[in-house]
Amino acid sequence: MARAMTGAEIVIKALADQGVDVVFGYPGGAVLPIYDELFQQEKVRHVLVRQEGGAVHSAEGYARSTGRVGVVLVTSGPGATNAVTGLADALMDSIPVVVLTGQVPTHLIGNDAFQECDTVGITRPCTKHNWLVKNVNDLARILHEAFHIAKSGRPGPVVVDIPKDVQFATGTYVGPSTASLSHKSYRPRLKPDASAVERAVEVMAKARRPVFYTGGGVINSGPKASQLLKELVRMTGFPITSTLMGLGAYPANDKQWLGMLGMHGTYEANMAMHGCDVMINIGARFDDRITGRIDAFSPGSTKIHVDIDPSSINKNVKVDIPIVGDCAYALEEMIRLWKSKAGQPDKGALKAWWKEVDGWRARDSLKYRKSPDKIMPQEAIQRLYEATRGRDTYITTDVGQHQMWAAQFFHFDEPNRWMTSGGLGTMGYGLPAAIGVQMAHPKATVACISGDASILMNIQEMSTAVQYKLPVKVMILNNQYMGMVRQWQQLLHGNRYSESYTEALPDFVKLADAYGGVGLRCENPGDLDGAIAEMLAVKDKPVLFDCRVANLANCFPMIPSGKAHNEMLMGDNVTDDEVGKAIGKEGKMLV
Amino acid sequence: MSQKGTGSAYFIEEKREDLVRHTLSILVDNEPGVLSRIAGLFSGRGYNIESLTVSETEHEKHLSRFTIVTKGTPMVLDQIKNQLERMVPVHRVMDLTVEGEPLERELALIKVAGKGEKRIEALRLAEIFRASVIDASIEHFVFELTGRTAKIDQFVAIMKDLGLIEVSRTGIAAIARGPQGMQGRTRD
Repeated sequence: MARAMTGAEIVIKALADQGVDVVFGYPGGAVLPIYDELFQQEKVRHVLVRQEGGAVHSAEGYARSTGRVGVVLVTSGPGATNAVTGLADALMDSIPVVVLTGQVPTHLIGNDAFQECDTVGITRPCTKHNWLVKNVNDLARILHEAFHIAKSGRPGPVVVDIPKDVQFATGTYVGPSTASLSHKSYRPRLKPDASAVERAVEVMAKARRPVFYTGGGVINSGPKASQLLKELVRMTGFPITSTLMGLGAYPANDKQWLGMLGMHGTYEANMAMHGCDVMINIGARFDDRITGRIDAFSPGSTKIHVDIDPSSINKNVKVDIPIVGDCAYALEEMIRLWKSKAGQPDKGALKAWWKEVDGWRARDSLKYRKSPDKIMPQEAIQRLYEATRGRDTYITTDVGQHQMWAAQFFHFDEPNRWMTSGGLGTMGYGLPAAIGVQMAHPKATVACISGDASILMNIQEMSTAVQYKLPVKVMILNNQYMGMVRQWQQLLHGNRYSESYTEALPDFVKLADAYGGVGLRCENPGDLDGAIAEMLAVKDKPVLFDCRVANLANCFPMIPSGKAHNEMLMGDNVTDDEVGKAIGKEGKMLV
Repeated sequence: MSQKGTGSAYFIEEKREDLVRHTLSILVDNEPGVLSRIAGLFSGRGYNIESLTVSETEHEKHLSRFTIVTKGTPMVLDQIKNQLERMVPVHRVMDLTVEGEPLERELALIKVAGKGEKRIEALRLAEIFRASVIDASIEHFVFELTGRTAKIDQFVAIMKDLGLIEVSRTGIAAIARGPQGMQGRTRD
């Protein structure tokens, strides 16, 4: 229904019509009219973050834990530039986020006005699409289009830049249904080519050493895709591994689950990828953290690749059977064909393959040495996992060693429970993401596994958590180092720990207290369970748990840069000297 | 720094595969910023642009058509096409080189100054190349020349000795042979 409103009213009405219940934001001069409208209504809640970067990560956490679009509202200039890291993060991990930015009035654009920046120019390469709205009568249509583009196809972040005069101007509102259902040029392909799926299933049926390799695409496709994946994997009896982004799509407690693959993946997952004859990639993108040395990547396999984004196909690795479409559609069709085909895989061959896989599994690649007087970081995560079993738990992380340990030792049986910055690797992601998750799931246990360096990158969001009484549990694995940087310096740079030691860490207990949260500390392995229980019992306020762990622990297993899947470094028997020589001259140039 | 031999994802380009030159036609919504979107994709992902031409071609539908000449391995050319196709304002991408030898033309404006014998020679050559004079004084000509890139290169090279002052070129506009239009073709 068309009716006249101001631009600011149109924004709020469009958000409400899109079913938005919460917006993460920070006010400023160029968005004041929208904040004024926010104030006068009750449908859309606003969470006041402490820095705009936090707003976008919060929206990402909200989106990933709900499958819905996360929404951000920030002002022009610095408001928009602070949001850029979050946009790049959401683009890399394909997270649907709509960011509304204020802009200086149209007649001042280009004048170097106060708090002006070229927002659409700056955000163009880190959004799926963006718009500058110059006419209030386009505003409603563009907002609905923004939601449509953010959540459909391969999801991603979008920016709508709204000049202040457009927020004041009066224009016509159109609802979501009339606005954007048939876009002129944007039509993502959802249904895969039936003949490609048929060929894939034929190859799968003839496989002797198959492996499923799944990614974030399954989770983005929705809970149904995870359900279908489970069905197909069980039906076929094939082993399954997943990327960091895909954890939870297949239950980690299942016997067909090999654990995560890639640089810090398990031995069995990587060896299975290396030795397989048929690889079934569902919604993963052959990232360099997964493939390792690309010319030695899974040399003998026929590769099937399901991806909703045609540009992911043949980008890094040439595949034999590309299937462009939504994971759920592809999985559904695969299941149907698998059921209807009489030709089943050679049971004997599959049994022999599993025997081989079990041999690799017996290597117990995640094994680490416990210490009587120091908390091992792996142990801390295992204890947290045990303590939260049976609870409605969501986990976010920051970036570094703790993130990899969390991926290895915290097991997810459901999708949308695991929020981590995969592609961009953004330190400072965890706490604001946890805030977004807790806003969406007020009664759930939301824990952020963090490090002493990462947490300081967005520590100001403690204040947000206190304001909204969000009981997020921040478990800081404190080793006083940027652990992953230090590990690489040990591996690559002759133990010269250049700037990776934090000389002056704050007292996290006092810091939590200063913010109005709860601070806890634990140094002794014997006190760990008690401290975790204390952390989990806290209600209505955030907790900073300063968990003092062994300083120099390394994250293993590891595929060193420039090496292949079958050249892993294992943690249990590697000496410091071997660690120091693990990466060759050429590998040192890699990230 | 020797980077060869690692075979890592970072050095894919180091594998010396033969580069091929392709001409792409891209139909887009003529909205503000669409040129930077397309150009930014090429620079951001490290693709080559040898020539880029764009203009609105269908005013009522607000459609513009890009002609881009690019060079890359077959895998990179596929990537370029797929990356372009997934952009929101892009309607259609066609690799004209795949469709067959495309018709390619470029327009150049060439300013030549001089007197006496050289001036007469410049005019004589312009006639041979079918360039027309669009501005002149007793000491200069501006020639307009349309043709394939090689023909323009050749003409410009000859004019160097005859008082060439400056050249302005449009870049290539291209179209596929045969009766069908770009939008009439079935998607591949």
